[in-house]
Formats: sequence, C-alpha cells, structure tokens
Amino acid sequence: MRVIKLIAAAWPQFLQGTWVTVYTSLITVFLGLIFGSLVCLMRMNKSKILRAISTVYVEVIRGTPILLQLWIFFLLPAQLGLVLDKYFCALFALVVNSTAYVSELIRSGIQSIDVGQTEAARSLGLTSGQTMIKIVLPQAIRNILPAIGNEFIMMIKETSLLSTFMIGDIMTVRATVGAAYFLPFQALIIAGIIYFVLTFSMSKLLGLLERRMRQDD
Amino acid sequence: MTESMIQPNDNGLVKGQELIRVEGLHKSFGKLHVLKGIDEVIHQGEVVSVIGPSGSGKSTFLRCLNLLETPEEGKIFFEGVQINAKGVNVDIHRRKMGMVFQQFNVFPHLSVLDNVTLAPVMTKKMSKEEANETAMGLLKRIGLADKANVFPRTLSGGQKQRLAIVRALAMSPDVMLFDEPTSALDPEMVGEVLDVIRTLVKGGMTTVLVTHEMGFARAVSNRILFMDGGVIEESGTPEQIFGDPQSPRTREFLSKVLF
Ligand SMILES: Nc1ncnc2c1ncn2[C@@H]1O[C@H](COP(=O)(O)OP(=O)(O)OP(=O)(O)O)[C@@H](O)[C@H]1O
Ligand SMILES: [Mg+2]
Repeated sequence: MRVIKLIAAAWPQFLQGTWVTVYTSLITVFLGLIFGSLVCLMRMNKSKILRAISTVYVEVIRGTPILLQLWIFFLLPAQLGLVLDKYFCALFALVVNSTAYVSELIRSGIQSIDVGQTEAARSLGLTSGQTMIKIVLPQAIRNILPAIGNEFIMMIKETSLLSTFMIGDIMTVRATVGAAYFLPFQALIIAGIIYFVLTFSMSKLLGLLERRMRQDD
Repeated sequence: MTESMIQPNDNGLVKGQELIRVEGLHKSFGKLHVLKGIDEVIHQGEVVSVIGPSGSGKSTFLRCLNLLETPEEGKIFFEGVQINAKGVNVDIHRRKMGMVFQQFNVFPHLSVLDNVTLAPVMTKKMSKEEANETAMGLLKRIGLADKANVFPRTLSGGQKQRLAIVRALAMSPDVMLFDEPTSALDPEMVGEVLDVIRTLVKGGMTTVLVTHEMGFARAVSNRILFMDGGVIEESGTPEQIFGDPQSPRTREFLSKVLF
C-alpha cells in the first residue's frame, strides 16, 4: 500500500498542513463573526448610506467566486505598491469573504426573534441598544450556532483554494509531498481522507450540539 | 368625550389625579386608518377595561399609551409630560408603565429570576442584590419562588403570564397596561392569572385592561370603554355599559358576547 508508505514518510508535513487548514478556518470564522456583527448592524442601521455600503459589499462578495477574491487580494497590494506577506493576504481575503456570509447569518438570526421580545424589553424601559445586547442577540446567536458551525465546515473546504498560492494548508502539502515522493495520486487520497475526517466529525459534533439545544427548548 | 363622562361617577370609587391624557389620537398602518381620533383621560387609581370587536383598535390604542406604536396625530401625556413630543426620552417614562402581552413574551434565555431582575438592574433602578430580593418577594407572592432558577420553557402558560406580570411590577410602575392577558391561555389557567390581576387592582394599581373577559371587566373595573371602528363609541361605569348601554353598537356587541 503506497498510501500507507506515504503516510509513514510524510505524516509530519500532513499534520502541519492540517493544522494550517484548521487554524486558518477558525481564525476566519471567528473574525467573520466579529466583523459580520458590525456589517449586520450597518445593514440594519437607520442611515441609508451605511445600509447601501454594507448591502453592496455583501452582494458583491456573495456574487463572485472566492477564488477570484483570493486573486484580487493577492494582486492588490502590488497595485498599491505594497509588499505584504502572502499568508496575510490570503487570510484577509477569507475574512472579507466570511464576514459577508456571517453577517447575513446574523441578520437572519436577529429577524428570527419574535418582535414580542423586543416589545417586552422596550416596554420595561430598556433602550434599543440594551434590548439588542441583552435580549435579541443572545437568542439570535443561539439560533444560528448550527449555521456558524456549517460556515466553519465550509471554510475548511474552501481553504483548499489557498494551495493555489502555496500557503501550507493540506492541499499545499498534498502538492509538495506528492511531487517529492512521485506519488501525486496517493497524496490526494490522503488529503481527501483528512478533509473528510475533519468535516465529518465536525458535522457529527454539530448534530449533537443541535440535539442538545433542542432538548433545552 | 366630555370631562364629566370620564370623571369617576357619584358613588366614585376613585378620586385621583390625571395620570394619562390622550388628545386627538390618530394611528394608521399604511392606508389602514385604525385609530380615528381618541380623547381619553385615565386617573390615578382607576381601573379601566377596554372592550370591543376584533380589529376595532383596542390593542393599538393600548400600545400607543407607551408608544410601542407611534401615533401620526395627537398628544399623549403621562404624568403631565407629553411623551410623544420631539426630544422626549420615552424609555424613562416606559419604566413607570408596566405592560403585559397576550403572548407573555417572557425572555426564554433568562432564568425566571433574571426575567424579573433584568430591567431594574439594567435601568440602574436597583442594585443586583436589591433586585434579587424584590424579585424573590414578588415571585413568592405569585407562588413561583421555587421556580426562580429554572428557565421559562418549563413553566405553564399561566405561570409564564404571572411571571410576565411580576416582571413588569418589579419596576414599580404607576400604571399597568394589559393586552388580553388571558386570551392565549388554556381555559383552566385563566383563573390564576385573573386572580393576580384582581389582587393588583384591589391594591390600588391604576390599570388599563383590554379584555374579552366581560365578567371580569364588569367585576373589577371602575370604567368601561367600548371601542368600535377606531373610536371610543361609549364610556361609562360597568353598570351603565353592561346594564343600560346607550349606543346601538354597544348594545349589538354586548348581545353577541354575553350569552
Ligand atoms: N403592525 C400592524 N401593521 C398593520 N396592521 C395592523 C398592525 N397592528 C394592527 N393592525 C391592524 O389594525 C387593526 C386594529 O388592530 P388592533 O390589534 O388594534 O385590534 P384589536 O381591537 O386589538 O383586535 P383584537 O380583539 O383582535 O385583538 C386591525 O385591522 C389590524 O389588522
Ligand atoms: Mg388586540
């Protein structure tokens, strides 16, 4: 079994690649949540300008392929006469992408909360800000937790595009190791197994979490 | 509506000062003109029940009182302040007006105790300890003290509504607004909620109650407002409204709902 041979020979590289993929996805979704909340607040703002800017942003990101966005953020610094670390550029592109999707998730989460909750809080004299932070957001985030988990699973797969720029993720390792040992096909199989184990266990975990949460209701 | 009609009558149970004054109130939802000119005064200590057919604007009227709905026209005064005037911070006034909703609207992500303490603490009315103490006292009064640390999902409808009532009471409001507090309840739970309201009313709480519970309205109110088509068609003591209604529309409505 040449697959096993390859694993035995190159497991440290694959492990390293897995680590890069996982933490890149984690950082992306985490920052996506923070910036996504801000973009969501902009989209639900009274100000027409803020609403317009955020809407255009979200629609453009959702309407173009992530690979194209990655390329843009790779070439953009040079256009501006800047020299930036390529991992930083890639992460930036991913966060810009994830922020758009997560902001939509948060928005749908907020809209899923019954207006009666807001009315009850406001009738008690809470300000709109207090109502958002203490009543609406906690319930909204809880509701979209499964969807955030899915976004994380999506990201694990989408970071594979980073290998286009040899960033060190699983697919990058697959390419370098595959070439070094002249076993490109076997390297692909190993990468596939790693991705599947990652996403499958994540989605099982999510399912468990969801069931726990439903029992809570 | 003349002043004499809204003053407590001769056997006047209550002689209070003006608490809420509504002048020329109009409210539309898009093209739908729901409130078509309402003038009304609620006095300190009064218990006013609002009855009328579905869609007549009872809820809208009640929700205008604490500005959950913003009227297009008219003035709403609370304790002498026009709260719908430009630049008035309505949050401060809402803290003195408790509201109870048909759908309870308890906060599902907070424990029973936190449901009650949230507003007093957030609005800096009380310290956390003080709020806890007040809340436990209130919960004891409605028999929910042993549920203080559970989440509302484990409560029955009647318990949820009683919780919603004490949540509002924790702010020690000057008036309580009820919008059909028992309409979403299973019949066997209506009584326990009406009992809490009855106790509250007996204790002198100024109350505006939108209800379809005619018997209860008749028993606890000083005054009944009959609304129809976005106006207060008739107003008077329970004896006048239920015993000797003047308007044909009041008569028609009552003949449908009683028996
Ligand atoms: N937020 C809203 N948007 C649009 N129309 C509304 C809204 N709230 C109420 N309405 C409409 O206004 C009218 C009066 O509604 P309101 O809820 O005040 O009636 P109600 O007397 O309380 O009736 P019910 O006894 O059924 O509760 C109805 O036709 C209703 O459909
Ligand atoms: Mg109503």
